Amino acid sequence: METAKLDRPVYLDCAASTPIRPVVLDAMMPYLTEHFGNPSGGHRMARSSRAAIDDAREVCATLLGFGPHEIVFTSGGTESDNLAIHGVCNLNGIAVCPETEHHAVLYPVESHNGRLVGVTSNGDIDLEHLEAVLDEDVSVVSVMLVNNESGRIIDLDAVAEVRDRCAPQALLHTDAVQAVNWLDIVNAARRADMMSLSGHKFGAPKGIGLLAVRNQVAVVPQILGGGQEAERRSGTHNTAGIVALGAALQCLDESRESEIARLGGLSERLASALTAAIPGCFETISQSERAAGILQIVIEDVESEALLVLLERHGVMASAAASCASGAMDPSHVLAAMGMERTVAAGSLRLSLGWCTEDWEVEHAVEAIPRCVEQLRGAS
Amino acid sequence: MSRVLVAMSGGVDSAVSAALMKEQGHDVTGVTLKLWGGPQDQGCCSVSDVDDARRVAQQLDIDHFVFNYGEEFDRHVVSPYVDAHAAGLTPNPCIECNRHIKFDALVSRAKKLGFDFVATGHHARIMETDRGLRLARGVDDDKDQSYVLYMLTAQDLSMLRFPVGEMTKSEVRELAHHQGLRSAAKPDSQDVCFITASEGRTSFLSDRLDLHTADVVDVEGNDLGTIDAVELVTIGQRRGLNLGGNADRTYAVHVDVPSRRVVVGSAQDLLSEQVQLADHVWADKPYIGPVQVQISAHGNQAAGSLTANGNVQWVDAHRKVAPGQAVVFYIDDLVIGGATAI
Repeated sequence: METAKLDRPVYLDCAASTPIRPVVLDAMMPYLTEHFGNPSGGHRMARSSRAAIDDAREVCATLLGFGPHEIVFTSGGTESDNLAIHGVCNLNGIAVCPETEHHAVLYPVESHNGRLVGVTSNGDIDLEHLEAVLDEDVSVVSVMLVNNESGRIIDLDAVAEVRDRCAPQALLHTDAVQAVNWLDIVNAARRADMMSLSGHKFGAPKGIGLLAVRNQVAVVPQILGGGQEAERRSGTHNTAGIVALGAALQCLDESRESEIARLGGLSERLASALTAAIPGCFETISQSERAAGILQIVIEDVESEALLVLLERHGVMASAAASCASGAMDPSHVLAAMGMERTVAAGSLRLSLGWCTEDWEVEHAVEAIPRCVEQLRGAS
Repeated sequence: MSRVLVAMSGGVDSAVSAALMKEQGHDVTGVTLKLWGGPQDQGCCSVSDVDDARRVAQQLDIDHFVFNYGEEFDRHVVSPYVDAHAAGLTPNPCIECNRHIKFDALVSRAKKLGFDFVATGHHARIMETDRGLRLARGVDDDKDQSYVLYMLTAQDLSMLRFPVGEMTKSEVRELAHHQGLRSAAKPDSQDVCFITASEGRTSFLSDRLDLHTADVVDVEGNDLGTIDAVELVTIGQRRGLNLGGNADRTYAVHVDVPSRRVVVGSAQDLLSEQVQLADHVWADKPYIGPVQVQISAHGNQAAGSLTANGNVQWVDAHRKVAPGQAVVFYIDDLVIGGATAI
C-alpha cells in the first residue's frame, strides 16, 4: 500500500493550516483583481475597497461578540499575539502565561519580565499557581483557549475569575487561533479583553488575522505609519484577505455545530482505532477535555520525526510538535510542561481535522499509521 | 533502483552526491541534520545551510527532510568535547559526530524507514576486497576524509555510499557547476561546526568549564611562567605559551591538568618512539605489523608498526600524539583500523 494510489494526500494537519474554502476564494477574488484601490484613498475605487472592509469588520465583530471598532486586522495570529502583549505592557509591565502557550505568546511574555504558570498533567492551567504569580504589577495574562498541539480546552472564565480576584488591573488576552473552529467563541471568550485569530486556520488565506480588543483597552501600536485600524496597526489594508476573513468566519459560524459533530466523530474514530491497534499508544488529552478535531497521541518507542517521514510515504500528512525555522522538529514544550518524559514525548503525533477532512482520509490513516508504527518498531 | 537517503549538509560534496545518486536512477531522498542550536558560522547545520540543502533538493526534484538530532549531538559530541578538554585531552568532535550521529542514529533511522543505502558527501571510497568491504582513501589526497571515518566496519559500509570518493574536489565543483547546483562555489566547511570564528574555542569552553591557570616549566623543572588555561593546551603547541623570545622553538611536550602544569621543551623533547592506544576499531581482525599511520584529519602519514598490544611503534621517532587524538592505520589506501591516543 506504500505510495498508494490516492487522488490527493490524506491531510490531517489542519491545525497547521487549512485550504481556502472555495466560497471564500470567490469572495476575495474581486479584491485581487478589479477592486484594487487603496482603501485609505478618497476616490470611488478606494471607496469600494473600503466598503468591503467595513462589511467584513462588521461580520467579524458580530460573530466574535465584539463591536466593529474593536476589531484590528493584522497579518495573522503571531502579529496579533505580539500586539496584544507588547501593546499593553509598558517597560516595567509584567506579562503572565501558561508554559504551554504558542511561542508567539511565550516569547513576547518572556520579554516582559514573564511569569510562567505551570499546567497539570492533563494540560489544564494550574489555577493555584496562577493565583500565586498574579499581583498588582501584572499588566497582562495570556491564556490560549485551545492548545495548538494537544487540543486541550482551557476554561477562560475560571482564569478570569482568578484574574479579577488577584490582579484586577491585568488585562486578559486569549489566543483563540485554534479555538475558533471548535468552541462557541462568543461565549468561551466573553471574559477576554483581547483575542487573536488567524485566517488560514479556518479557510481564509495566510497573511490575514485579527486582534479583537475591547473598547476600554488601549493598545500601543507596534507598527507605525499611515494610522490605519484606528491608529492601532498601520499599513495598507489587505483588502482581499480581510474580505476572506469575514467570509470564512461566516462559513465557520454557519457550519461549526455540525462540523464539531462530524469531525468529532472522525477524531474519535481515529483515537479509538489507533489506541486499540497500536500497543503503547495513548491520547495525551481525553476526548472530553480536548477540541473535537485536534487529536494528539503518543506512541511509545517511536520517534515521531521518523514516523512522519514514513507516513508521508504512505500518503498521510500530519505533524508532531512545533517546527522550528529550519524545518526540524523541536521537542514539544507543551508535553514537557505536562510532565511527560522527553523520550516518551518524542513519539507524539498530532492528527488535526478541519473543514476539508473527508471520511476516507481517516479510514486510510487508521490503516496506515499502525503499519508504519509496526515497520519502525520491527526494524529496531 | 535502490532507495537512497542522502545526508545533505548544504555543501557542494553532498549536493553532488545526491545528484549522482539520482543520475544513477535511484529513488533519492535528502535529509539535513539539525545538530546544534547555538551560534555558529557556516557549519554543517545552521539555518542557512539547511536552506542551501533544501534548495539543492528542490533543484534535483527530490524530497527533503530535516532531522533534529540536537539532543544526541549535545550528548555524544559537545559534552564529550568539553569533558575531554577538562581532562586535558585533545578531542576530535567530527569523529564523534560520525560515530554517533551520522553513522549510528541516522543510519539506523534510515534502515527503519526502509532505505537501502545512506549516501554522504565524504571523500572516501568503499572497496570490495577478498576479505569483505573496506574503507579506503578518496582519490583526492588533499580532500581525503577516510581518517574521520575509520570507525566504520564492513557491516556499516554495506549500507553506505560515498559517491564523490572517486572524484577530485575540482571534478566535484565542475560537476556542480555543470548541473547548475547552487552550492557549486560554496567554500569548504572548516573547523568545529559548533564553535564560531568570532567567539572562538576559548570563549566556548570557558562558558562550559572552569579553566585553570597553570605553571609553565621546562623539562628540567625550571619555572618559566604561567598560562591562563591549562585545559586549552595541546601537546605540540607553540603559540600562546607566554614564553616571550624563545617561543618559536619551544613546544608543549607534556600537559598535566590535575597538577596544573605544562612542560615545554625543544622539538627534540617532543619526539617519541611509540604511541599508546586504546579503543581500537579494526576493519577485520587486529593487525600486527608495518602500517602507514595518520594522526590528524589532513596530516601526513608516517611509517610505523602495530605492536602486539595494539600500540604504534614509529620507524623514525615522531612528534608526540596528543592524548584524545585519533590514530588511523593504513596499508596502501585501505584503512585497516584506528584507535585513540592515551
